[in-house]
Amino acid sequence: MKLRSLLTSQIDVNNLKTSFFKKTAFSISALPLLAAMSTSHVMAEVIDVKITNLTQGMYFTPLLVTVHPDTADLFSVGDSASSAIQAMAEGGDISGLVSIADGVGAVSSENSAAGLLAPGTSTMITDMTTGANDRLSIVAMMLPTNDGFMGLDSWKVPETAGTYTVYVNAYDAGTEANDEIVNGGGAPGVAGIPADPGENDGDNATGVTSTESNKMVHIHRGNLGDTDITGGISDVDSRIHRWLNPVAKVTVTVK
Amino acid sequence: MRKVLNRLVRKTTKQSIKANSKMVKMLTLFVASTFLMACSDDKDVAKVAYEVEIVNLTNNQPFSPLALRAHGASYSAWTIGESASLGIEQIAESGDNTEFLGTASSKKSASGTGIIAPGETAVIDLNSKVTDLYLTAVTMLVNTNDAFAGITGLNLSSLQVGDNTIVYLPVYDAGTEANDELAGTIPGPADGGTGFDVARDDVGFVAMHPGIVSVDDSYADSVLDGSHKFDGPAAMLKITRIN
Repeated sequence: MKLRSLLTSQIDVNNLKTSFFKKTAFSISALPLLAAMSTSHVMAEVIDVKITNLTQGMYFTPLLVTVHPDTADLFSVGDSASSAIQAMAEGGDISGLVSIADGVGAVSSENSAAGLLAPGTSTMITDMTTGANDRLSIVAMMLPTNDGFMGLDSWKVPETAGTYTVYVNAYDAGTEANDEIVNGGGAPGVAGIPADPGENDGDNATGVTSTESNKMVHIHRGNLGDTDITGGISDVDSRIHRWLNPVAKVTVTVK
Repeated sequence: MRKVLNRLVRKTTKQSIKANSKMVKMLTLFVASTFLMACSDDKDVAKVAYEVEIVNLTNNQPFSPLALRAHGASYSAWTIGESASLGIEQIAESGDNTEFLGTASSKKSASGTGIIAPGETAVIDLNSKVTDLYLTAVTMLVNTNDAFAGITGLNLSSLQVGDNTIVYLPVYDAGTEANDELAGTIPGPADGGTGFDVARDDVGFVAMHPGIVSVDDSYADSVLDGSHKFDGPAAMLKITRIN
């Protein structure tokens, strides 16, 4: 959280002004008029969001694309993952995150690709009306991983009409050891990888590791994999299931 | 040493551009006799020129001669998720940019003349016209099956003479040859194998490269070792408008 506010304050003067204004407004929020003004700086906009899976061998589970207030986050690097993030990252279940987003007045698009977003493919969400929200977040589990997800955290939607490109990195939720065993295990707290939709996975792996050193949300170190499809330490293929950042390209058109 | 090489690259490129432009002039004359109107229009279009400097930022991935092409806003040399053109396939598998540049106007394209070693800088001049202010640059990471570093559709229209811009090149996978890292399949010094193979035995679309595995990372059959690993970005590209 600290890192994010530091980064945004360095690159976005508007954002600085916004947080300053917000702080001021909070301290005198007893006055109803001023409290109302604290949200009035967010102009409702209409945006298109296109998401491209840049990898050659990794699938994205159903995507959650949500525009929400700056006061809320889907996830924060350096913090432990919420149970809703854990369910998404370990099993692709976004229902918990949708409830949280609904609770803060976010505008969300669920599962725009109608299932998996395959490597090299794109999905487009047209005409999202942002309402009183100005932060865009996107998450989806990456398969085959134990708890890896592609994530965009609270990107400020520009007020000026135009087309903007954002590149998205792969994160590790820090909730499950990356054993790289494909065994159908997708429920939170259950070890293993649910599946490899590309069906290039092996069997009988002994497991890469049984521990997770960094239990906070962090940049994923990537799959290790091996080239033994009938054994070895990993069920994922080192020639097919690795990736380098970024893993996704997001194109936002502000209309 | 580096300076000498750079100068050499620049000089040779200029010569080859000159030679090419003679041919084009003759061709233009012929075309002009039949399409006078169209040609006089083109002649009035002001010329621009760029100096393109590339730095190889990898540890042990020499680059094939850099292919440069100036073009309009609508052209794209490759698209994520779509099949690579034959020109891109040949660069990505063998480092040979002849096919790729053969589809471009010689007045608005250029090639470096030699391999760019890790840590080395090369400078190549590129001519264009004010109607073609977008840049595509492509080079192969030669110790791979089909990896290339590049950018396509870079908008240079805001550059005035003397201005420069810097971009960093990510590594793409052409998707035309499996990343098997086997002996005989990699044209670079790590193997000395075959470059271009007309057969396509990979995913069939361009995407970000997943990186190499190597024998040092438990892939016993790989001819690559840990020194050949890379991450993005693989190169720095500095473009200076010189005319």
